[in-house]
Amino acid sequence: MRAVGIILAGGNSPKMRELTQRRAIAAMPVAGSYRAIDFALSNMSNSHIQKVAVLTQYNARSLNEHLNSSKWWDFGRKQGGLYVFTPTITADNGYWYRGTADAIYQNLDFLKKCHEPYVIITSGDAVYKMDYNKVLEYHIEKKADVTVVCKRRNPNDDASRFGILKMDETMRIEEFEEKPMLASSDMISTGIYIIRRRLLIDLIEHCAEEERHDFVTDILIRYKKLKRMYVYEIKDYWSNISTVEAYYETNMDFLKPEVRNYFFKEDPEVYSKVSDLPPAKYNPGSIVKNSLVASGSIINGTVENSVLFKKTFVGNNCVIKNSVILNDVYLGDNTYIENCIVESRDTIRANTRHVGANGVKVVVEKNERYAL
Amino acid sequence: MRKKEMIAMLLAGGQGSRLGVLTAKVAKPAVAFGGKYRIIDFPLSNCINSGIDTVGVLTQYQPLRLNTHIGIGIPWDLDRNFGGVTILPPYEKSSNSEWYTGTANAIYQNLDYMETFNPEYVLILSGDHIYKMDYEVMLDYHKENHADVTIAAMPVPKEEASRFGIVVTDNEGKISEFQEKPPEPKSNLASMGIYIFTWKVLKEALIALENVPGCDFGKHIIPYCHEKTGRLFAYEYNGYWKDVGTLGSYWEANMELIDIIPEFNLYEEYWKIYTNSGILPPQYISGQAVVDRSIIGNGSEVYGEVHNCVVGSGVTIEEGTVIRDSIIMKDVRIGKGCVIDKSIIAENCVVGDNVTFGIGSDVPNKLKPAIYSFGLVTVGENSVIPDGVQVGKNTAISGLTAREDYPGGILESGETLIKAGGRV
Repeated sequence: MRAVGIILAGGNSPKMRELTQRRAIAAMPVAGSYRAIDFALSNMSNSHIQKVAVLTQYNARSLNEHLNSSKWWDFGRKQGGLYVFTPTITADNGYWYRGTADAIYQNLDFLKKCHEPYVIITSGDAVYKMDYNKVLEYHIEKKADVTVVCKRRNPNDDASRFGILKMDETMRIEEFEEKPMLASSDMISTGIYIIRRRLLIDLIEHCAEEERHDFVTDILIRYKKLKRMYVYEIKDYWSNISTVEAYYETNMDFLKPEVRNYFFKEDPEVYSKVSDLPPAKYNPGSIVKNSLVASGSIINGTVENSVLFKKTFVGNNCVIKNSVILNDVYLGDNTYIENCIVESRDTIRANTRHVGANGVKVVVEKNERYAL
Repeated sequence: MRKKEMIAMLLAGGQGSRLGVLTAKVAKPAVAFGGKYRIIDFPLSNCINSGIDTVGVLTQYQPLRLNTHIGIGIPWDLDRNFGGVTILPPYEKSSNSEWYTGTANAIYQNLDYMETFNPEYVLILSGDHIYKMDYEVMLDYHKENHADVTIAAMPVPKEEASRFGIVVTDNEGKISEFQEKPPEPKSNLASMGIYIFTWKVLKEALIALENVPGCDFGKHIIPYCHEKTGRLFAYEYNGYWKDVGTLGSYWEANMELIDIIPEFNLYEEYWKIYTNSGILPPQYISGQAVVDRSIIGNGSEVYGEVHNCVVGSGVTIEEGTVIRDSIIMKDVRIGKGCVIDKSIIAENCVVGDNVTFGIGSDVPNKLKPAIYSFGLVTVGENSVIPDGVQVGKNTAISGLTAREDYPGGILESGETLIKAGGRV
């Protein structure tokens, strides 16, 4: 593959409410066994990209821990590999990443030292499968300067979360608005771009000179008429998890057979860090219906229409409905959980009740395990 | 010279013929256990958890599955610059090439490998037991006693002692006598086939006995060391240790894992068991499914009923099917409307729709009554079972079977059906 990859994983969003207090969005657990960034990393690996940089800033501990070895995504190579770049103080810079363009600018040496002619940029908070080679072919065929991968918006999606694009019949971009109040089109940007490496370096350097820092508003939108920018439409599953509602829905999507088959059974596979947990255990009295259960879980109660992440313990007479239980949660006996997202490593005391009445409730209990 | 204090040699070349069709195509240490593991994962994990990072794995019988499973040892953190895991198959020499003819002969043929690490002690293990054991504690015991050989031994009930190799010790644990399957045992300490040798002693014994045909640890090396020096000690082990050499004990050991608090607990944080399982999605339990008292591997999909089972990863169980008291290994696909009782179905089998396993009376197997007993139905890996057939107890099936192979749609209790081919 004639491209290097950049994964923008610095992000944080107030729309993730309490969930982002613990980690960057890219490190959010997804679909029982994965983390959000696994999808972008697996796509890079499966597209035979050899060199990938992850740019991260906000609460990166959990993400760094997840990426502590690159071998799970097959990036443990002599040629290339996985680079995690957090902001550092240098002789001529003492800032945090002031935006996506600035994040790339502060690590421009990485891009300058590469030899690959193209760069694939993607965000770390989307759940999708993609062969970037196909997008690159399209990019070359269109003689594009920049290709923006887009998705037709689901009518229920909130347009003000996304970049909205309008293009002509050749798919060339005519209009590009970032997070408008009123959407003029149903094409939304997925935050996946292909651009020539030299051009990217020029644009980023120019942008930095002007003290501008955002890749979308300061580069893509400003250059939309000047450069040849094209839309590539992704028709398969794509979902961004950066709000609590979207995160919940994305996890629930995996209860649908078509989504499960697409991600779990069809090639290529999605990789993640291996966690050495025993198989899930169902004790007498467990009733599990239409749910995903990850390894290391022990179930004694009732679980319906829910996603249980790794190492969940469900006590006797518990009832869990329509909920997402993140990694290593302990649910004491007689707990009732409905319409909730339970934060990782929570200990829910026996006989407690959490119900998301108007929408999804995020449960964060910091009870220490030894207090039980 | 770089050195390792103790290295481990893991004997994984045996067929384990008492497991019948389960080991027709794989060595016994590569047989699946407990939903996601293989038997060899237990000694390998014990090694790394005990701080032993140099392990030679001796293979001979059907090694392909073992080789791919172990690879360069990443799952056990045994990928090392110096040491790590090495697969040691028999190899051709300039003179006198031979297969591994016995357990000690296999070790003898790899003297050069062991020399590379210049060890003080060598741990000899076999790849066919389920247990968690800290070999470092055993080594401390070995050092304390200034022993030449330390043999791990566990107390067994007096009435069963005559099935084992028995060690007789004095008060300090020093071994005074060996009895191989004695009719009247003098002690109840059974040898577990785990030995720590002081390297010099082992090397000397192996060279002294190099011409003994089928040189074996239990039969030759240990008695030789005993006669020569006498500093042999028994290390008493009182934890869980299970020989899974027969279909009955294999089935039982799996079934013990589904107890509410099993004696052998895989869920303890301390002393994890590692395996090469790949990256697998979570399992899906459908709206109509019933699952209780079972353990289920990653990536499996259950639409039917599963009671008292150990189910591997990537298994599909279709709706209307009821499975009880069975072991289903990875990637098996079981069709709709089946009733499966007390069966062992090996990896990658396909069972058609409306199949019934475990009917009829407990008639002994006609071909190999000693192997296919315990009332089990045993299906070898990659087998294909057609729709609508019924299978009795103490039976074995292997290969690509068709409706014609089942007279009147039934394989009676005690029958064996071995065919060529199978699911790719």
